[in-house]
Amino acid sequence: MDDLLSEFLTETNESLAVLDVELIKLEQNPNDPELLSNIFRLMHTIKGTCGFLGLPRLEAVAHAGENVLGKVRDGELAVSPEIVTLILECLDRIRSILGTLEETEAEPEGDDAALIGRLDAVFKGTAPPTEAPAPEPPEPETAAAEPEMPEDSAEAAPAETAPSEAPPPPAAASAGPAKSQDAPKESAVANQSIRVNVDLLEDLMTMVSELVLTRNQLLQILRAQRESEFAAPLQRLNHVVSELQESVMKTRMQPIGNAWAKLPRIVRDLAHELDKKIDLVMKGAETELDRQVLELIKDPLTHMVRNSADHGLEDPKTRKTAGKPETGTVLLNAFHEGGHIIIEISDDGRGLSTEKIRKKVREKGLVPEAQLASMSDQQIQQQIFKPGFSTAEQVTAVSGRGVGMDVVRTNIERIGGTIELTSTEGQGTKFIIKIPLTLAIVSALIVECGGERFAVPQLSVIELVRASNNSDHIIEQINETPVLRLRNRLLPLVNLRQLLGLEAKSAAAAAEAEASNVVSIEERRIQDDAFIIVSQVGAYAFGIIVDRVFDTEEIVVKPVAPILRDIPLYSGNTILGDGSVVMILDPNGIASATGEISVGEDLAAGAERLTELAQEKVAMLVFRAVDASPKAVPLALIARLEEVDLATVERSGGRTLVQYRGHLMPLVQMLGADPLPENGRKPVLVFTDRDRTMGLVVDEIVDIVEDRMEVELSSERSGFIGSALIAGAATDVIDTSHYLTQAFDDWFGSEATEAFGIEGQGRRILLVDDSPFFRNLLSPLLSVAGYQVAAVEGADAALALLEAGDAFDVIISDIEMPGMDGFQFAQSLRQDQRFSGIPLVALSSHATPADLARGRRVGFRDYVAKFDRDALLAALQDTLAEKRGAA
Amino acid sequence: MSRSDAKPAGPEGAGFGHSEDFVSFTIAGQLFGIPVLKVQDVLASYKITRIPLAPAEIMGQLNLRGRVVTAIDIRRRIGLSPRGNDDKGMSIVVENDHELYSLVVDSVGEVLSLSSTAFETSPPTLDPSFRNYAAGVYRLDHGLLVVLDVASLLSFGGIAVAAA
Repeated sequence: MDDLLSEFLTETNESLAVLDVELIKLEQNPNDPELLSNIFRLMHTIKGTCGFLGLPRLEAVAHAGENVLGKVRDGELAVSPEIVTLILECLDRIRSILGTLEETEAEPEGDDAALIGRLDAVFKGTAPPTEAPAPEPPEPETAAAEPEMPEDSAEAAPAETAPSEAPPPPAAASAGPAKSQDAPKESAVANQSIRVNVDLLEDLMTMVSELVLTRNQLLQILRAQRESEFAAPLQRLNHVVSELQESVMKTRMQPIGNAWAKLPRIVRDLAHELDKKIDLVMKGAETELDRQVLELIKDPLTHMVRNSADHGLEDPKTRKTAGKPETGTVLLNAFHEGGHIIIEISDDGRGLSTEKIRKKVREKGLVPEAQLASMSDQQIQQQIFKPGFSTAEQVTAVSGRGVGMDVVRTNIERIGGTIELTSTEGQGTKFIIKIPLTLAIVSALIVECGGERFAVPQLSVIELVRASNNSDHIIEQINETPVLRLRNRLLPLVNLRQLLGLEAKSAAAAAEAEASNVVSIEERRIQDDAFIIVSQVGAYAFGIIVDRVFDTEEIVVKPVAPILRDIPLYSGNTILGDGSVVMILDPNGIASATGEISVGEDLAAGAERLTELAQEKVAMLVFRAVDASPKAVPLALIARLEEVDLATVERSGGRTLVQYRGHLMPLVQMLGADPLPENGRKPVLVFTDRDRTMGLVVDEIVDIVEDRMEVELSSERSGFIGSALIAGAATDVIDTSHYLTQAFDDWFGSEATEAFGIEGQGRRILLVDDSPFFRNLLSPLLSVAGYQVAAVEGADAALALLEAGDAFDVIISDIEMPGMDGFQFAQSLRQDQRFSGIPLVALSSHATPADLARGRRVGFRDYVAKFDRDALLAALQDTLAEKRGAA
Repeated sequence: MSRSDAKPAGPEGAGFGHSEDFVSFTIAGQLFGIPVLKVQDVLASYKITRIPLAPAEIMGQLNLRGRVVTAIDIRRRIGLSPRGNDDKGMSIVVENDHELYSLVVDSVGEVLSLSSTAFETSPPTLDPSFRNYAAGVYRLDHGLLVVLDVASLLSFGGIAVAAA
């Protein structure tokens, strides 16, 4: 096929698909000029290209459609469902002609006079569109347009002409439209894919799963043998199987948009039915997840969108009175995070009424009165997940189908997901669903308890803690309930042995335990030596006490036999590498079995946790110093790693110095470290900024790990930012600035010692600085203060981010930057209405009065010296407070 | 779940001269049979993983060529005294509703070809907990063979799960 033609076909098919969607949108927002001009432009392009390629029939149809759209755009015609229907019909005709064009490379014969006539009638205003013979189905009409084909043979036509694909006789051409109408959306030109029966894929997956198990088994055997000629081929097999597994998994992945496809239509119908104005915004439709998971969340999602549209959004009148735009928005947003997919469903409606829920809960007696009185608003809101709850005062045709949020929650939890809810009365409701990407193969931690082995999905394991009498972590008891101190918090513990009724150890297991030197224990007493799996369900973190932890294994999740399905503690079972069957523990089930029922009841505490949003992976250097616990520092902060011969270290004026690249470099040690020995070699992390260099002496460099930088808690110890979970281990993140100031008092403007508390509370900061050093330094510092930080290297990138729709509460910008400098950046922000409201804070090493004045002139709210972090944090607080006050 | 799964042994399917093959086995001295076509496998003692909190008659799970099989202690299921600890018994693997179950019995005997003329429905005087799982009785030369109704044996609807 002609390249030009094939390109035209692909492009036009795409445009048609867009037009379909946009037209539906237009019908809902008839006055959106942007939408309208986009539609007009697309139609215009189609018409133009048709003319260019010499396709008169297409051109005529597109032209007639464009005429009508032109009038609509110019405001001479109002958008009505009838006009939209007519335009859609016009698109269908174009699509059907394209279908033939694709097969035969020639426009089919045919007469579009009737359709064009109707379009023209609307265009000229001589006939209202309703008079058009709309009820006539398009297919016979197309057939009728071809005089040589009697109407009732239209159906037989495709069969007759199908084999004659290659040389196009005129008959085949004329049969084209009827045929392609069956599947108007399929375009063979861009056809790089084939349809495969889902069952086949499922079979493939099952077989790959078995293959994975067999591979695991083989590897296990191999491990037991020192030298084996099988080693090399098995390794190869290992890789091939892993890749095969990945590829097969991919075949099952589908964009989540597939589950959303019906929603615009549903919402449109709802809007008509309820007489509301609803705007459905869908973000991240291309996010992929396993087909099986997709199927399982389809219904809950549809239900929740319905709910938001029906219960969540108010009618236009109410909205107007409340000072909101008449059109309510339902926002669907999907994105990947870790091995999960997060789906947010939010609306800007009336929010959950705590009072109404309280009343309902009381009426239905879902919660004892005394308990109800002491519940926080958050807890009250969680009650909508209780079985037998429905907030709508009137059961409407839309939502009152007897399916409540409890069913939604059960469905989501069944696939290992969680659902959280936040709502502000009057402002809207937001549901956050977190589900695993796939159900088939997961990575799991194999643990032992009471002589039995179990698998715990790795995704639900936050960290592992070893507790024994001679380590930092000791299991303590409150009224026989075990708890653990973990980073200044009490972590409730669940004794798995007790929970599973494994108290009475089998004789064999006891003997084995004794043999393997595990301290044998008395009944009911908790072991001295145990492992704690820290897990989190919603915002509820808890620890599960197990006897031993083996390694992790890729497991194939198999559903449990029906008789075992009622035991909430298991989410499935699997076969391990050694061939034995183990049960997969379900942390959700364990959490609810141990009393913590409402997911997210602890949201207040959860809110303190820093959200991971917008945090990219950061490479961290993990090292050891002072004690055995791992410590980390962002790799980007480190200029070089060196090893210093301690014999060359000089001491002068109470400082330790070493000759380094022709300069004297101060050496600093971590707090509590022993004085440097006279001899030997030590690794040194070298930090450089412009002309200054300093070295931090450590004991051992462990690894470089690329991970999300999630600083969990703000540490009160000086020299530490806090601790983060890096590569699965709790790691102290050191505060580089602390050591930099040790080396050079004036590295930063002032001595910065006092750590700030959680004050940012998730406010979003855009940090613009060309120096990667400062970006890396400030990002953790700000996120530890509770801000969500997005750091970019220049004004252009910042503007791009803002253009892309990212919203920020405050922007911190460097002044001296290559390209657009801070002043210019500020000016261009001030000129743009959309962004002029975002407060700006300047960051500069030059802080002369003249600079200050100039900064204020161009719109910086505050001016902070670059090295003064306290001043920066204070400035941020002030700025945000000011903004709040103004709002 | 209907008992129609066990139909081959039922009276309706029993024309004169028609015969059917059964895998015979004993539990507590009583001879039982399961239609041979229902049986997937017969296993000697096998490594079984216990399942905490599962109902008592669930002995655990085992891996049969990559499939997870749930092992049922028939003695407990039909209300007989449990087997001694040392006696591991043998297993007959059957498929029911796309799930594999291993029925743990005392010992497995030979495959018997039984004529439908020797078939009778279960006597109404049988203990109800036993009669529920008996699809009928064959009169043999030496004693009686009770046809085990696998479908109802594996229908666990009425069992309360040991609560946590």
